[in-house]
Amino acid sequence: MSHEYIPEIATERNGTEHEVQGWQDDFYGGKLGFWLFMLTEVMMFGAMFLALAYYNTLHQQDFLDASASLNRLLGGTNTVILLVSALTMGLGLLKMRAGDVKGAKLMIWATIILAAIFLVIKGFEWSAEYHHGIFLMHDQLLADSPLPFGQKLFFGMYFTMTGLHGFHIIIGIGLMLWLLKRINAGKVSQDHHILYWNIALYWDIVHLIWVFVFPYYYMIGAGGATGGH
Amino acid sequence: MSKSYFDETHCAIGHPKSTFMQWMLTIDHKRIGIMYAAVMFTFFFVAVFTALAMRIELFAPGGQYMDGDTFNQAFTLHGVIMIFLFIIPGIPAVFGNIVMPLMIGAKDVSFPRLNWFTFWLYIAGCCIALASLFIGEGVADTGWTFYAPYSLNTGTNVIMALVAAFVLGMASILTGLNFLVTIHRLRAPGMTFFKMPLFVWGIYATAWIQLLATPVVGITLILAIMEKYFGIGIFDPAKGGDPVLFQHLFWIYSHPAVYLMILPAFGIMSEIIPTFSRKEIFGYRTIALSSASIAGIGYLVWGHHLYTSGMSDIAKTVFSFLTFFVAIPTGVKFYDWVATMYKGKIVLSTPMIWALGTIITFAIGGITGITITMIGLDIHLQDTYYTVAHFHYAILGGVVFLMFAGMHYWFPLVTGKMYNETKAKIAFYLQFVGFNLLWFPMFIAGYYGMPRRYFDYLPEFEIYHQISFFGALIFIAGLIYMFWVFFKGWTKGEAATPNPWNATTLEWHLPTSPPPLENHSKVPYVDFDPYEYHQGEPVVKFNYETMQRID
Repeated sequence: MSHEYIPEIATERNGTEHEVQGWQDDFYGGKLGFWLFMLTEVMMFGAMFLALAYYNTLHQQDFLDASASLNRLLGGTNTVILLVSALTMGLGLLKMRAGDVKGAKLMIWATIILAAIFLVIKGFEWSAEYHHGIFLMHDQLLADSPLPFGQKLFFGMYFTMTGLHGFHIIIGIGLMLWLLKRINAGKVSQDHHILYWNIALYWDIVHLIWVFVFPYYYMIGAGGATGGH
Repeated sequence: MSKSYFDETHCAIGHPKSTFMQWMLTIDHKRIGIMYAAVMFTFFFVAVFTALAMRIELFAPGGQYMDGDTFNQAFTLHGVIMIFLFIIPGIPAVFGNIVMPLMIGAKDVSFPRLNWFTFWLYIAGCCIALASLFIGEGVADTGWTFYAPYSLNTGTNVIMALVAAFVLGMASILTGLNFLVTIHRLRAPGMTFFKMPLFVWGIYATAWIQLLATPVVGITLILAIMEKYFGIGIFDPAKGGDPVLFQHLFWIYSHPAVYLMILPAFGIMSEIIPTFSRKEIFGYRTIALSSASIAGIGYLVWGHHLYTSGMSDIAKTVFSFLTFFVAIPTGVKFYDWVATMYKGKIVLSTPMIWALGTIITFAIGGITGITITMIGLDIHLQDTYYTVAHFHYAILGGVVFLMFAGMHYWFPLVTGKMYNETKAKIAFYLQFVGFNLLWFPMFIAGYYGMPRRYFDYLPEFEIYHQISFFGALIFIAGLIYMFWVFFKGWTKGEAATPNPWNATTLEWHLPTSPPPLENHSKVPYVDFDPYEYHQGEPVVKFNYETMQRID
């Protein structure tokens, strides 16, 4: 709504007046809605972690062996990159709330660049795995290859979950570009920053999921294995 | 004459001139609710006639005009449409949209544009589901539960059905999210949680289930798609997976989903009973909190679908024990409704008859549910007609009957017209008799061992199937007659006053009937309980222009 929203007044019988909350301009409503939406993301990834934990009990040794062959250097670097990007995103929001629009935009660009670096590293990782014959519908993950069931499951879930997470990163980059457009158009400002707030929350969830993905996939096989390719 | 929401609307994009585009782009919660109803009932009739086709096939033992594979596709089509396209959007999408904002004195839901988007997401899901009928080898033949590994090996269009279910699930999540924020943020000043009408409580509990349970089935369907197209052995034992895990993940959503269906229906019951008993509802807080506790306990009982699927005895016992607990808050509600009627001035209008009929049918559906909660008995009754009859008594005789009750109750509110009460009552009796004739014999057939989802049966079951068939005919006749009465009422009925039932909740305190675009002329201050009657008359009266109390 471009025009100013003027809240209605409800009057009690004794004359006391109460401001009515409309659906327009509802900062807390917007925030609550997005928190609830993020809860659905948690439930979605949570169900996948549940399946993963269950298969870990079924094929424990296979999971450890498969995990040991993942590249912890690249995975760890990506973890650090995502954590730093969460920091830049948060700092940007603080700057926006303090009225520093230029600084906020700088921080969003920094977040976008870090997210892009994350994807590039992820791409290197996946292509290295592909060259080792490990990819969906490829070589060692085919039904007739001698790789144990558990390892096939582990890698299958690995590509599913990191893929879905990467998809969220791409969506996040799109959202941040859109946010920059809205800031330039003056639609997001110090007083109207609900969009920024929610995208920052989204980015937090994206890095939070990674914080669980990383140990579940990369770290469980770290002990006793040489690791890395 | 003042303008109603049929005459003007806000749109998501621009200000189109044509009436058609105004409907397509509308963000008005009342119009969106009507559009949901139109689409849902179209699909409802498709599924009803699919069911009738199955009944005709089952009229005599042996295959007559449908082979086994077609029959498998028929019951899958019936299940998928009824569950995912009709009853899951169901009461929240229709009455949650139309009535809930009116009940809390809001101008619209919290995110009207999201509401518009959600509706079109629902339409997209419907289109994908429909497309699966005509592409490749036709509609899935797995049953609506899509159990792995068969669903991953069959040549029929399971994947499209899964994608459709995923998209429809997204629509359901967003509806729930919208309602949760609406109920938290947009209640009229003074309306605390315990001053909300009980239908709003039902919608509130439902919205939490939509929000928290649906993502689980969403990701389960995604995993099944990954397995089918990328060969990951998640649910196929031949590839190291576990098919029982699919069942667990599926029912973690789909069992709470039945409470998602019934809770808003209970809400409708809690509106109708006090209104037509002209009496304050008995145990307001216990009804409100029992909705919340059914939603909570409902999460912990999914395992009772898996008694025969391979689960440890301890897990079975725990799930059985927890399942019994659901009966307690449900029983509380029933006692409250009956106690409300005690010494009330009962008016037997059509909505009330539907509600009373449902007390009978749902009690049968609920109590037979308790019998199959018991592990020992369930081993015998699992996958028999007994379970089918239980489910239909609970969902058709509970949810859909109450939805019909709600349709009769809010018809004058939505359309501004009144249907013919006598004819509507005839439609009720036809459906009530037909319904019981249709499903009660199935309890007996199921107890004697008639398995579900079979297109053929032993000769000794013939009598039950034939009674069922005639019941189905009567039921469908009543159903069509009811919609005819609605149609006549809408086109030729008398104009209704804003409050034809002498009801007390805010949706009946509107300046005109049908309501204007932005609902109440002013937002009222709520300093009263939702169902205040004194000697059979509503206590709270408003000046509908200023929304000041004048009692």
